Amino acid sequence: MLISFTERGFYCARGDFYIDPWKPVPRAVITHAHSDHSYRGHGHYLAHRVSGPVMRLRLGSDISLETLEYGEKRFINGVELSLHPAGHIPGSAQVRVAYKDEVWVLSGDYKTENDGLSTPFEPIRCTHFVTESTFGLPLFRWRPQEEVVADMLQWIRGLAAEGRNAFIHAYSLGKAQRIMCALHAAGVPMLVHGSVRNTNLALLAAGLDIPNPPLVSGQQHIAPGTVIIAPASVAESNWTKRFEPYAEAAASGWMALRGTRRWMNAERGFALSDHADWDGLRSAVLATGAAQVFVTHGYAALFSRYLNEMHGLDAQVVRANFTGESADMREEGTE
Amino acid sequence: MKQFAHLIAALDQTTSTTKKKEALMDYFREAPEADRVWAVALFTHRRPRRSINTTMLRAWAGEMAGIPLWLVDECWHIAGDMSECLAALVPEGVEHCRMSLAECMEEISSWKSRESAEVREAVHSIWMGMGRHERFVFNKLITGGFRVGVSQQLLVQALARLLGLEDAVVALRLSGNWSPQTTGWQELLLDERRDDARLYPFYLAYPLEQDLAHLGKPEDWFAEWKWDGIRGQLVARGGQVHLWSRGEELISAQFPELVSHPALADIQAVVDGEVLAWSEGKPLPFQVLQSRLGRKQVSAATMKKAPVVMLAYDLLEWEGEDIRRKPQQERRALLEALVARLDLPTLGISPLVAFDSWSGLKDLHAQAREHLAEGFMLKQRDASYQTGRRKGSWWKWKTDPYTVDAVMIYAQRGHGRRAGLYTDFTFAVYDAQRNLVPFTKAYSGLSDDEFAAINRWIKDHTLERFGPVCSVEAQLVFEVAFEGIGASKRHKSGIAVRFPRMVRWRRDKTVQEINTLDDLRGMIAAP
Repeated sequence: MLISFTERGFYCARGDFYIDPWKPVPRAVITHAHSDHSYRGHGHYLAHRVSGPVMRLRLGSDISLETLEYGEKRFINGVELSLHPAGHIPGSAQVRVAYKDEVWVLSGDYKTENDGLSTPFEPIRCTHFVTESTFGLPLFRWRPQEEVVADMLQWIRGLAAEGRNAFIHAYSLGKAQRIMCALHAAGVPMLVHGSVRNTNLALLAAGLDIPNPPLVSGQQHIAPGTVIIAPASVAESNWTKRFEPYAEAAASGWMALRGTRRWMNAERGFALSDHADWDGLRSAVLATGAAQVFVTHGYAALFSRYLNEMHGLDAQVVRANFTGESADMREEGTE
Repeated sequence: MKQFAHLIAALDQTTSTTKKKEALMDYFREAPEADRVWAVALFTHRRPRRSINTTMLRAWAGEMAGIPLWLVDECWHIAGDMSECLAALVPEGVEHCRMSLAECMEEISSWKSRESAEVREAVHSIWMGMGRHERFVFNKLITGGFRVGVSQQLLVQALARLLGLEDAVVALRLSGNWSPQTTGWQELLLDERRDDARLYPFYLAYPLEQDLAHLGKPEDWFAEWKWDGIRGQLVARGGQVHLWSRGEELISAQFPELVSHPALADIQAVVDGEVLAWSEGKPLPFQVLQSRLGRKQVSAATMKKAPVVMLAYDLLEWEGEDIRRKPQQERRALLEALVARLDLPTLGISPLVAFDSWSGLKDLHAQAREHLAEGFMLKQRDASYQTGRRKGSWWKWKTDPYTVDAVMIYAQRGHGRRAGLYTDFTFAVYDAQRNLVPFTKAYSGLSDDEFAAINRWIKDHTLERFGPVCSVEAQLVFEVAFEGIGASKRHKSGIAVRFPRMVRWRRDKTVQEINTLDDLRGMIAAP
């Protein structure tokens, strides 16, 4: 096989490179800049252009990094390598690796819905497809983004009427900007936590067209109805106390389950995910035409059994150190 | 039904009791009368018996979603709630269903006598006519109780405020034996009514948190042993005798010997007490009592194997008069006289434990297990009998739980509140051959941060996976606490524990240092 599954990560021996390795390797191709795919310590990195500034922010400005555009090809010892939009977050890519008749697509994390921010997912025909399964159960079917945003706006306006601020907890890279764009379009005043602010600056440097709300600080006067976007790690901490009165909400695919909404203890949960839902995963797998499917992080055993039984595919579980969207959003670095 | 679903959503979306109360009042102000009665019934656990087999519901949802039954069941386990799971699986429809809550309940109860193909059609069309949340609430009506964070007390307060009645009056009217099918709003809450079987809301104690000295003078307090049985209220009026459980269910049929004495039919009284398995002047383990619970009828053989008594500790009504406002000591004096006069083998009195100082009581507390008790109940001598769980006049002071150090060997993905995380752990101790023997599961007692850290550990130390369960390397040691322990033939370990929970993650201990099965057996022999 062109790609093998090793202790360090997915390895292409012919081209001598790894895709999203979790242990240090000489040459790594990175699907996207989230920390469970883009680890520290590799000799050389290859990623999409938009991922570049964020990777430098997170991994250090001195990393050896080369970037590509979507669809741009590289040939390494006869192996054809290219990146294609995964729709997960800005700069996220599916990695296509082809040699002779064997075409692999390693999709990293992806979603099929257009979030208005990331370049939309494109299905790529292949013989071997590696897919995540974070929300690989028919329980998970996302409502369209407009509907979720409409609920969010209603919640924010209700709070404004009560003279309260709104905290929305979201990952600093991807989810935060997705929410910012949607709220900006509706004219909602926003402030952001430092880690969101730094990510925004990196994305602006990458040429992305996103709003750039000011940094929140304890001193400034905050008008009621202002939304503060911060990572979940600050939820219910002393840091948030100074912004009272406020209400907190979490934005995560896990919020689709009543149980996890309670566990997160957020007053409101908005089911908004940057991962594909059940229909998204199914349609993505089927659209590749791949006969062999490798299922990584998530409900891998169940999703692959379903693909075997119901679609006659040769699907199997592959172990990888990816976490997808953790049900415990406070776990930093697992996005 | 939309109104009711809206209420459930409102209750679900807030943790503030004030807001919950407002949501309830809004609903009871606006909903049609028949719906209101049903809502009260559902919140007080008066859901009619399930009229449909849930296996069929799961199969139908699977067909509609185009997925196999095993996948429906996996989803159910992960969501932790069948109603929510099925609501999510069924494809989106058009929200055209206009049925009221009462009409839904009527529809559901009609299924008992209908062909399954016909019921399938009905369920199909209702599901397709509802949005996901309304569907979830509808499924709850079919399959299970509502846990929406509405305590009995909150419901009572909302209704009392809305109707301008006293809390206690509403609580009393809601208690007892009534059915939403035959009782109207007026009759339930507004009419003065005579119902000889009605019970009083139980007065429940909080655990003692402060030092005994803060309670004031010891001579102002009664101490009784806290028995490990079930709470019961014996209601004797108009020649009839009923026994109620704390969950306000009639349990007379499970304990016929407690209600069948002719002498009881001659009195007018309501007695609060503890039902215990009892033999030769001593309580038997709770497991013995368990064989009497949850049955419609008990056989003569079971009655013989598990003899019971009621130990009375309070008198709430006497000769037709509600005496709950009289001081504890006056009620106690009347109770003692009554129990002595009746002189029944199945009605005893929970004795007062004499003490003259708090330190003396502390010494006695250490002996609770020898008396086969769980600790003390402390009651202020001038306390009235209150409604629901209240602080101040009654306190429960339990013995320290048993604890052992055990190692985690299996982890199971939590469901419901904790879907997606491993939170249910199975614990083992060593047997004589140093094999690990699982003896209990536990899923509460740790902080969210500890659960998160343990989840990260599990990710790297999983041995095998079986569906939602995985076996892990036997390394993490926990202090596991439980309230009771008994021999059990059903468990491989030969023991069963009550109310197990984790109290501490012992990062300082290795698996070599955990307790043994012999240690556990020793706890049974010498309580």
